[in-house]
Amino acid sequence: MNVLKITLIIFLLLPFSFIKADEQDKQNKITKNLRCLICQGQSVYDSDSEFANSLKTLVDKKLEEGLSEDQIYEYFKDKYGEWILYDPKLNKNTYILWLLPLFIFLIGGAIIAKSLIIKK
Amino acid sequence: MKKKLLSFFMVLVFGVIFIIFYKGLEDSNIYTPNINIKNEIPVFKSRDFYSGISLNSSDIFEFDKTYLLNIWSSWCVPCRQEHPLLVDLKEEGKINIIGMNYKDNRKNAENFLQDLGNPYKEVFIDLDGTIAIEWGAYGVPESFLIHNNKIIKKYIGPLNQQLIYEMKLLVK
Amino acid sequence: MIYSLVGHYSLILGLIIGLIIFYFSFKNFNNLNLLDTKILSFTFLQLFFVFISFLCLIFSFIISDFSNETVFNNSHTTKPLFYKISGTWGNHEGSLLLWLLVLTLFIFVFLIRTKNQPIKYKILTLVFQQIIIIGFFIFLIKTSNPFNYLFPIPEEGLGLNPILQDPALAIHPPILYLGYVGSSIIFSSVLAATSLKMISTSWASHIKKWVLISWIFLTLGILLGSIWAYYELGWGGFWFWDPVENVSLMPWLALTTLLHCILVLEKKSILTSWVIILSIATFTLSMCGTFLVRSGILNSVHTFANDPERGLFILVFLFVLIFLSIFIFFFFHKDDRKKSFSLFWLSKETSILINNWFMMYFLSVVLIGTVYPIFLDVISSEKISVGPPFYHKLIIPFLIPFLFMMAIGPKLKWIKSQLEDKIYLISLLFISFLLAFLILKNFNQNILLNTILISSALYLFFITLRDFFIKKYKNISQNIAHFGFSLLILSILFNNLFSSEIITNLKVGETFQNSKTKIVFDSVNQKKEQNYNSIIANFYIYNSNGEEDKFSPELRIYNQPVIVTSEADIKTTLTSDKFIVINLVQNQDFFNVRYQVKPFMLWIWISVILISFGGLISFFKKKL
Repeated sequence: MNVLKITLIIFLLLPFSFIKADEQDKQNKITKNLRCLICQGQSVYDSDSEFANSLKTLVDKKLEEGLSEDQIYEYFKDKYGEWILYDPKLNKNTYILWLLPLFIFLIGGAIIAKSLIIKK
Repeated sequence: MKKKLLSFFMVLVFGVIFIIFYKGLEDSNIYTPNINIKNEIPVFKSRDFYSGISLNSSDIFEFDKTYLLNIWSSWCVPCRQEHPLLVDLKEEGKINIIGMNYKDNRKNAENFLQDLGNPYKEVFIDLDGTIAIEWGAYGVPESFLIHNNKIIKKYIGPLNQQLIYEMKLLVK
Repeated sequence: MIYSLVGHYSLILGLIIGLIIFYFSFKNFNNLNLLDTKILSFTFLQLFFVFISFLCLIFSFIISDFSNETVFNNSHTTKPLFYKISGTWGNHEGSLLLWLLVLTLFIFVFLIRTKNQPIKYKILTLVFQQIIIIGFFIFLIKTSNPFNYLFPIPEEGLGLNPILQDPALAIHPPILYLGYVGSSIIFSSVLAATSLKMISTSWASHIKKWVLISWIFLTLGILLGSIWAYYELGWGGFWFWDPVENVSLMPWLALTTLLHCILVLEKKSILTSWVIILSIATFTLSMCGTFLVRSGILNSVHTFANDPERGLFILVFLFVLIFLSIFIFFFFHKDDRKKSFSLFWLSKETSILINNWFMMYFLSVVLIGTVYPIFLDVISSEKISVGPPFYHKLIIPFLIPFLFMMAIGPKLKWIKSQLEDKIYLISLLFISFLLAFLILKNFNQNILLNTILISSALYLFFITLRDFFIKKYKNISQNIAHFGFSLLILSILFNNLFSSEIITNLKVGETFQNSKTKIVFDSVNQKKEQNYNSIIANFYIYNSNGEEDKFSPELRIYNQPVIVTSEADIKTTLTSDKFIVINLVQNQDFFNVRYQVKPFMLWIWISVILISFGGLISFFKKKL
């Protein structure tokens, strides 16, 4: 049993020096968060349309200018509205969106807690 | 009793959900942006199409004048359809038409204007599409009615007779 | 043409038979000895007619009969035969016919395979199923007829979107529907059983096989959809939290929870309300999903033809079923409150309850995320998008206690339990944590969250693995399924954390190089196929381990409809996938090249297969 565990641990440790092919993490993160407005439900990162490509170039430019991630989201929100952002900001429109699931979780927990005996 | 209350409550909740879905069906699901916001035109830099000289947005757009900015490309099929209307509009002389050549090849664009006519007072270029995004455009063709350096109206897609007619009314 | 006629009239006959079944069931409900063979024959006949109708549609596609509007809209003479056939169900009308086929098939098999249950129950299940079937017949014939006649007959069809011409996508709908639509039988039977006050341990044993069948196919169906998305759509993503994907995930969550509750109900008479509500919810969510994606109310990658008239029909149909279920639940179900309902905190019952609690939470996150934009739009005309960040933020933190409970829960005994092997359990916890930390030590983002997340997944992984060797095949199905789940989470996490990507523009002959990778764009050649022309780009990629790979991604220009698609070249090994795509850039002479290294992709698929395999073992297990 222990032998098995040790071999497992070795197995797991091995492949993690991965051949990382990295570039542009930041740009990817931002473009994954922007909706391609002329596509049916794709992010700018996923899409290859003219609009998406222009947007990617513009995100690059803004990053070079030194804008932060949030500033870039603000910039696009000003131009195209909230619809372009995939991460809904917490504002008066979205309180219910973010809080309702958590509320349901708490209610569920309360119902279960009521029917439990704690002492042995 | 408690059960009756609960069942009544469930029926109510689902009834409300039904109404909301019903109304949701009636509305269009295609997002049409709010095209009536009076936005300032963006500040940008570009190059003149023919001469290649650098331009600032302030060089092209003056305060107190009315312009129609038209985004076009030689590879864009609906642009061909709306182009004659622009040529006619130019003839009437009331509105200054400015062209933004979008992600285009110089030769193809020149041929396009040669074949179909040049309605533009000035043409500048947007090679990578970023200037179009500065304007909040979605693609080609798209047009903006501008007055006092503010966007009065945005036209997504090709112009047609009806839109041009409305445009003229607005200008008056 | 003859096929359209036969197909169309078969549907009408099927509808009439449905009404006949209805009539006879009600007329003779209290005198059922007469009914048995007659009803069975009619049910078979109904299935037969739907099957004939389905065959007719397939034949119409095969012979490219463009007098049929559906064939015209979705096919083309140059399409390969395999895709002509699968094009049958790759469109709105055909897929609804597939719905009917599964609905009628399942009720027929249910009737002949169910022994040892009262006849009244079988008939009532049939009645409820017929409500659904008749509803779909009317829907099909009135708004979505697959046999509409076109005149004059066009020479050629409009063709099928080339990204749908893929083997995984061809079998994805039938498999998915066996799960998705198959949950209808659970819905009908639970309503029947509730009305007859039959919900009990023996009923649970009987319905368990149906729940398992539906669950296995639904799991595999979702897997196929993800595999297709990975190979065909986007850049190596397999799950986008797109509404259509969510719409298949929601019934899966309800069905998985139901499966756990049924396994409990099979042994003890508790959680009856849960079982009833979840059975209703699973199929309701399926119907709701159908509504959301076919009515045009949501914006998604997978749109079928959008038509508000169809949307309205499904909406009304869906809510009729909901109100019917509410009525039956509240009117007939008497929850036995006399039994003491207090559970000891450390017991198997409690752990199942906690499982339900978490699953319902996950379900609510997906449901709310998917439909909230509709509500907001109707109420305040604001449009927002809810995408991956929302789901990740709300689900990932909760996975940690969930995985932990999955490891501990199965070890608890009924009613009251003590944890045995405490030393082992705690030491494994430490080992998992340490291992996670070692793996992540070079990472600089979110290291705490990721470490805890990976350690909880590793914990489940080690515990289920250990149980597999120690328990000697006691409850092996649960073991395998939970192990598969831990593997799934681990694979997804590692894939996410350790993936890397290069995006660059290259002309033929050019090279890209960074510290770890060298990409050489060697050459381009062209190829002509039956329904497309392709440009094949040849690359040699060298990595820092000294390996060299040749890749040949393609750009395909299809002839009908005229669409350009980009076909990735993917090299899959046990440790990682290497993924490359090219794209044309408007007006330029270079290609946009995207190269990704994605660890553990294969394990994501394997783990889901393992999970279904666990279910399969449970299905075939004989009761001792």
